[in-house]
Amino acid sequence: MLLFLVRRILLLIPVIIGLTIIMFAIARLLPGDPVGLAAGPNATQVEREALAQEFGLDRPVWGQYATYVTGLMQGDLGRSLLTRRPVAADIASYLPATLELVFAAMAIAIVVGVPLGLLTAIWRNRWPDYLSQVVAIGAISMPRFFLGLLLQLVFAMWLLWLPLGGRLPIVVMPPPFVTGFITVDALIAGDFSTFVTALKHLAMPAIALSLSPLATIMRMMRSSSIEVMAQDYVMTARALGLPRRKILTRAIARNAFSATLTVIGLYFGWLLGGTVLVETVFDWPGLGLYATKAIVSQDMMPVIGVALVIGLIFVMANLLIDLAYGLINPKVRYA
Amino acid sequence: MSDVADISMPHAEAAPRREGLARGWFRFRQSRLSMVGAALTFVVLFFAVFGMMLAPYPEHVAGGIETGLRFLPPSWAHPFGTNELGQDVLSLTMAGTTVSVLAGFGVVLIGTLIGTVMGGIAGFAGGWLDEILMRFTDLTLTIPSLILAMAIAAALGPGFENMVLAISLSWWPGYARLVRGEVIGAREEVYVTAARAIGASPTRVLFRHILPNCVSPIIVKMSLDMGFAILTVAGLGFIGIGVRPPTPEWGTMLSNARSYMPDIWWTAMAPGTAMFLTVVGFNLLGDGLRDILDPKGRR
Repeated sequence: MLLFLVRRILLLIPVIIGLTIIMFAIARLLPGDPVGLAAGPNATQVEREALAQEFGLDRPVWGQYATYVTGLMQGDLGRSLLTRRPVAADIASYLPATLELVFAAMAIAIVVGVPLGLLTAIWRNRWPDYLSQVVAIGAISMPRFFLGLLLQLVFAMWLLWLPLGGRLPIVVMPPPFVTGFITVDALIAGDFSTFVTALKHLAMPAIALSLSPLATIMRMMRSSSIEVMAQDYVMTARALGLPRRKILTRAIARNAFSATLTVIGLYFGWLLGGTVLVETVFDWPGLGLYATKAIVSQDMMPVIGVALVIGLIFVMANLLIDLAYGLINPKVRYA
Repeated sequence: MSDVADISMPHAEAAPRREGLARGWFRFRQSRLSMVGAALTFVVLFFAVFGMMLAPYPEHVAGGIETGLRFLPPSWAHPFGTNELGQDVLSLTMAGTTVSVLAGFGVVLIGTLIGTVMGGIAGFAGGWLDEILMRFTDLTLTIPSLILAMAIAAALGPGFENMVLAISLSWWPGYARLVRGEVIGAREEVYVTAARAIGASPTRVLFRHILPNCVSPIIVKMSLDMGFAILTVAGLGFIGIGVRPPTPEWGTMLSNARSYMPDIWWTAMAPGTAMFLTVVGFNLLGDGLRDILDPKGRR
């Protein structure tokens, strides 16, 4: 177990090296004029050269890469060409917002999707099952940014139930920083009204983001439940006369869920990078919005940093899922 | 007698194949959802080809502006209203089908090509080449694909071809893994050994014997991916990277519509719904094709 963990964590090193090489190649080898964009249209040649020199962009690519990797080992992700702020600090301030959004969306998807999948498996080939299958395909196909716009239109603009976007109104003081999740921090600070406000801001983006993982988890849970129900041990449990509820929770749900876990792990990483559009619609100040702003101005250091951080979280999430397998399914042993 | 035998030979070969097609079509028809998907896809393809011609206001599609008619609510003349430039939203949406479908198809096609070459070589060669290619594939998979596509698109500059290329470069890893698995499965088949024994070159074995036998799952994945490729194209348009106006594109239209909400809400409905129906169509079609071509992959 410990050996397994150590080996998997050591595997992160080649991942980091590979990720930075790919992102550096995109940033430096493709055509594009980041310096010109950052310096502005009225900059003179001398000013541009000064800017390029300040950021080391006049040096050969391999030199720049070496500098970057050296900085990386000290936790330095470089500086933004546009704002001149250190990327690591920026990411640290934007990451909690994205994580809060993704956790909320995944929580909705799991809490609703898993029981729904189990239920539709029980009601297989009856009308609630058909209905939910059709709705699930619709949910997977719905463009998240269009759904976001519709939610905004209905709940924020017509009914006025929920705020249009952002994490908190400007007039509300954010709670003291503990986790970076405003909802959690507000609870820790005992500030209940801020918690409700933050939750209202979180609701629409989280729902918009949760719809397609919810549908996927439901479909996965349904098909693996159906598979498990046909197993001998379920029949044995029935033959022994165990109560229906016990068979469902102990024998079926538990075994079906371990297959669904893989999907959850994959979706978690995928959502981290997929928040871009939802964050744009709801002005949610997270990594996606940060990366978009940087990409539009070809400011590549933040983009490399964001890709690296999300990539690492993705790999770690999958490691956690692998460990969770062992907890749910004792047959899994780590060599 | 002899010419009867001559004629019957090709028949004997074609019959099982036609029978297979007929059986597949029968199974496909049995599923109502698959038929809905096929119908939706047909409508989308129809508009992709004829949308520009059938648009009621072709001058708006070409970039014409009528500021006197801006922000008209839905009416008989303009079923989905007019936008901030006085253009008919229905016409723009119909014409926008072409860009979305072409871009989506381009992404899936280029992604498949790169992925098939990478996965085919990796699976066929095995050993260190396999190791290197697959580690590279896994690495590309860990980079969030939308951010990767956005970064490449921004670095390449605006334009249709650049956008398609950028998304394709983040799209191929899935195909590489799929094809590699299929190739490894097919590599040990008897017909491959037979081809080797007659002295076929490795390239010939891979491209003429192994890959043609891996086509079904690839086609299924392509049809399932079409919808998401179209969504990614629209997503880039929504963010402002992608096709430049006046070329009508659904994502860009939605992004423009957003600035005038909530009072002018109708400009968002047509492109958004068109996107939704297109993706639903391709997803249902893909599910149906999978049930016929790749029963093992059924979930």
